[in-house]
Amino acid sequence: MNCHAFSFAGAELRALGSGGLWWPEQALLCVSDLHLGKSERVARRAGQTLPPYETRDTLTRLGEDLARTGARTVICLGDSFDDRIAAAALPEEERLWITRLQAGRQWIWIEGNHDPGPLEFGGTHQQTARTGPLVFRHIAEAEARAEVSGHYHPKAHLHARGRLVSRPAFLYDSTRLILPAYGTYTGGLRTDEQTLCNLMKPDALAILTGPTPVCIPMPRKETAP
Amino acid sequence: MHDLPKTFTDWFEKRGWTVHPHQQAMLERAADPALLLIAPTGGGKTLAGFLPTLADLAESPRDGLHTLYVSPLKALAADIKRNLTTPVTEMDLPIRIEDRTGDTPASRKKRQRADPPHILLTTPESLALLTSYEDAPKMFRGLKRVIVDEIHALAESKRGDQLMLALGRLQTLCPDLRRVGLSATVDDPKAIAHLLACHPDPCAILLADPGPAPDIAMLRTKEAPPWAGGNAAYAIPAVLDQVRAHNTTLIFHNTRAQAEIFFHNLWLANEDALPIGIHHGSLDRQQREKVEAAMVRGDLRAIVCTGSLDLGIDWGNVDLVIQIGAPKNVKRLVQRIGRANHRYNAPSRALLVPANRFEVVECVAALDAVRAGTLDGDPRGPGPRDVLCQHILITACAGPFDAGALFDEVRTVGAYAGLSRAQFDECLDFCATGGYALRVYDQWQRLVQNADGLWQLRDPRAAQKIRMNTGTIQDTDTLKVRLKRSRGGKPLGEIEEGFAASLTPGDTFLIGGQIVRYEGLREMTVEVSRNAAKKPKVATFAGTKFATSTQLSARVMEMFQQETWPDLPAHTADWLALQRRVSRLPEPGRLMIESFAHDGREQTVVYGFAGRNGQQTLGLLLTKRMEELGLNPLGFVATDYATLIWGLDRVTNPAPLFDLAALQNGLDTWLAGNAVMKRTFRASATIAGLIQRNTPSARKSGRQATFSSDILYDTLQKYDPDHLLLDITREEALRGFVDFGRIEEMANRVEGRIDHLILDRVSPLAAPLFLEMGRVPVKGAAEERLVAEEAARLMESSGLAQITPQPADKPRWRMGY
Repeated sequence: MNCHAFSFAGAELRALGSGGLWWPEQALLCVSDLHLGKSERVARRAGQTLPPYETRDTLTRLGEDLARTGARTVICLGDSFDDRIAAAALPEEERLWITRLQAGRQWIWIEGNHDPGPLEFGGTHQQTARTGPLVFRHIAEAEARAEVSGHYHPKAHLHARGRLVSRPAFLYDSTRLILPAYGTYTGGLRTDEQTLCNLMKPDALAILTGPTPVCIPMPRKETAP
Repeated sequence: MHDLPKTFTDWFEKRGWTVHPHQQAMLERAADPALLLIAPTGGGKTLAGFLPTLADLAESPRDGLHTLYVSPLKALAADIKRNLTTPVTEMDLPIRIEDRTGDTPASRKKRQRADPPHILLTTPESLALLTSYEDAPKMFRGLKRVIVDEIHALAESKRGDQLMLALGRLQTLCPDLRRVGLSATVDDPKAIAHLLACHPDPCAILLADPGPAPDIAMLRTKEAPPWAGGNAAYAIPAVLDQVRAHNTTLIFHNTRAQAEIFFHNLWLANEDALPIGIHHGSLDRQQREKVEAAMVRGDLRAIVCTGSLDLGIDWGNVDLVIQIGAPKNVKRLVQRIGRANHRYNAPSRALLVPANRFEVVECVAALDAVRAGTLDGDPRGPGPRDVLCQHILITACAGPFDAGALFDEVRTVGAYAGLSRAQFDECLDFCATGGYALRVYDQWQRLVQNADGLWQLRDPRAAQKIRMNTGTIQDTDTLKVRLKRSRGGKPLGEIEEGFAASLTPGDTFLIGGQIVRYEGLREMTVEVSRNAAKKPKVATFAGTKFATSTQLSARVMEMFQQETWPDLPAHTADWLALQRRVSRLPEPGRLMIESFAHDGREQTVVYGFAGRNGQQTLGLLLTKRMEELGLNPLGFVATDYATLIWGLDRVTNPAPLFDLAALQNGLDTWLAGNAVMKRTFRASATIAGLIQRNTPSARKSGRQATFSSDILYDTLQKYDPDHLLLDITREEALRGFVDFGRIEEMANRVEGRIDHLILDRVSPLAAPLFLEMGRVPVKGAAEERLVAEEAARLMESSGLAQITPQPADKPRWRMGY
């Protein structure tokens, strides 16, 4: 499988090129920040009619990861829907699509800031989830340990022989792991922004997503030499 | 009205002026519904346009807007205001003149709508905005004339299309409106008249005496131009000599970066401390205005500039124009040179300075063309539909409209005269619903039909956003550059965001003629300090690059065929002879390709002579094909004559790459994924109103979480490939960036006759390509390899590779996902 293997808090994990996190030992797939229904919310709030295909694109990619991994448990790490109205406004076809993906699996919706409270989709709705040594929640907490979270949509950049490449990225250090956004219409926050620099320890690593995930020291704010 | 009122003739006499025949003709034909005046610069063209207005208002004074003047440049509006105010004040005419541009304070703009001046000077964008207000009918009531200045410049861009659509709107509001176009010498006046006319009515053309032929020559220098490069540093002493010998010299460059380097070098060599300024579009507005003012006062002996100083601004005492670098296009060269020596009936003086030896050939070819009196130019296609979409939204801002009436109005605009109702309805549907195959926005339509069947904004508050997005000029995202610790101090200018992102603290670059050192990024401003370094890392400004015209390319190719080159300076003739000896010179009817290793990469040069855009497309198509053949291309760069492609593997047999029938058949799919198409899509999507302009304030407020237009493009390609915007993008790309016509022309010329030369080093003709800017990366398998290499290097050098647990199963190389 096209992935980068790494250990975190005693768990042997795989960062998928798609932005999903695969935990073979638990047969668990974790994806963050799907932002389903985003184009509906943008139209409703900003009057912009973006191509309304991001939900099916996100679900298509999720379906492929599920088929490839054979995951038995799925954790959606919050902001799965762009907001509660967008969730309710999903076309019937896309609702059924989600139901089909859920069939035969344990499915956990973690609450995010965009989608607080239970939603009318199958599966369980939780603020946090614990599996083995890991705790899953949407937004990283200050003193957390062995924590897997999302929210920030991190993206990292590197200069490769004069070319600047910027991609959504996993970030991890000894205590926390932050997932990139999985949704199709999601931007990113550069790792050299102060928020992420403060959150992650100096020895943090970034795993760039893409055809072949690669691991680099997390790029930080440049300081003059 | 045929004769000038006495006040006017007296005033002319007092100044010792006579009315030019074309100025008199404009007065006589003041009642023509549309009239195009073609006159050389310095021929009193603008006054010719305004005389009928001034005379009419002098004879029958009245309130309200009488004449609207539209020019492509804000600076021009301000300039014209100054020039018109003189006669109006001296003759004590009851005429109020005001300008209205993006720089006009909001309070004055508001007052202008309630109480418009007699003459309003504005730009296409400001006019489009004016027509978007509900009170537009009131403001424009009684409007008699509209004058479009420098219409030849507007005719080449979407700004002109937007302007003509707005004139269609005004014509509906004021049926008696008369249109006047003022143009410099052009190759095809009828094409411009077609744009200006209110169809199906005709537009008459008035040709003024073109004046004496310009005096143009190539600057002869003691030193030979370099083998490559674009900064013409070798010519600095000779250029300084010319500056000393003239009152004011304008030194034109084709790109901003070249202007910066030249200015820097000129300043270092300027031992007499002659007052010399620099002017280009990346410099801060205050800086530019200072230079313009100094130039008008005659304080400057020379100005190093780009096209930003090209249009209409009063050139005062300019008596010499120097063009650094090949002119690319004979028509523009003649127009530019026509501006020197601002006196009617005196020949303009100009010097061409080739920056390298290739350009020597091009300059000589261009001089031949000027002497032969052949101007070049390619016809523009039908009116772009992204501009039409914006026009529909702007119309909706002003109030409910009838689709049929708007369609009829749009068809009065020359560029849209052939628009079908189906095409119009498709644009309207796009504005209303997004126009997707998947109909999901019923509830959130932007435009809805009211009970009378008229279209209107669903949410009137949307008007504000639509107005903010008005315009067709695409700025690449730029960041302000400021000296560190000078908060509130004057900004030095702007650089592209992409360039800023590539800087590391300590890097140096040129801006405004000084070398600065990059210190860091602070709140979306690039902070720099002054630096005394000798050699800067040059900023990649987005200065416009023009394609050499088909005609000029053909002339260059013909020159290559000569046995010897007596017209060329010896250094260039020798260079061509050397190329002929170590490789070969491109021949008409054949396609020459060179391959060699250089700079750690395998290089292939294709001499297609298809113009910059055509060569760029060829680069896109060929790299795609190379990717498929496993040759790992990394990127390419195109000039007007050749495309240089570099990659990890050598091209040994180019024939399979040049199956031109396949190139054409697969064009759509081949283009679908490339960077140039995405850039085109972004521009069209912004103009059509699908995405909002990326305003600096939005970026500053930390909204960087907005996703890129590339994602929208990919999503549409995947799920809605027949969508209107993709269709527009293809059309735009084919005639603009892509210029597939030139490739077809090349294909017909070549018919499969390929000469492939494998060399052991860079050939003399290929060398300049390595210094070209505008390199396009190929995001394929090779990039994955580079990313992996760099990641491994970073992990190793940081020491993290030792402490990070190694993965159980190592990543393997895989193609695609």
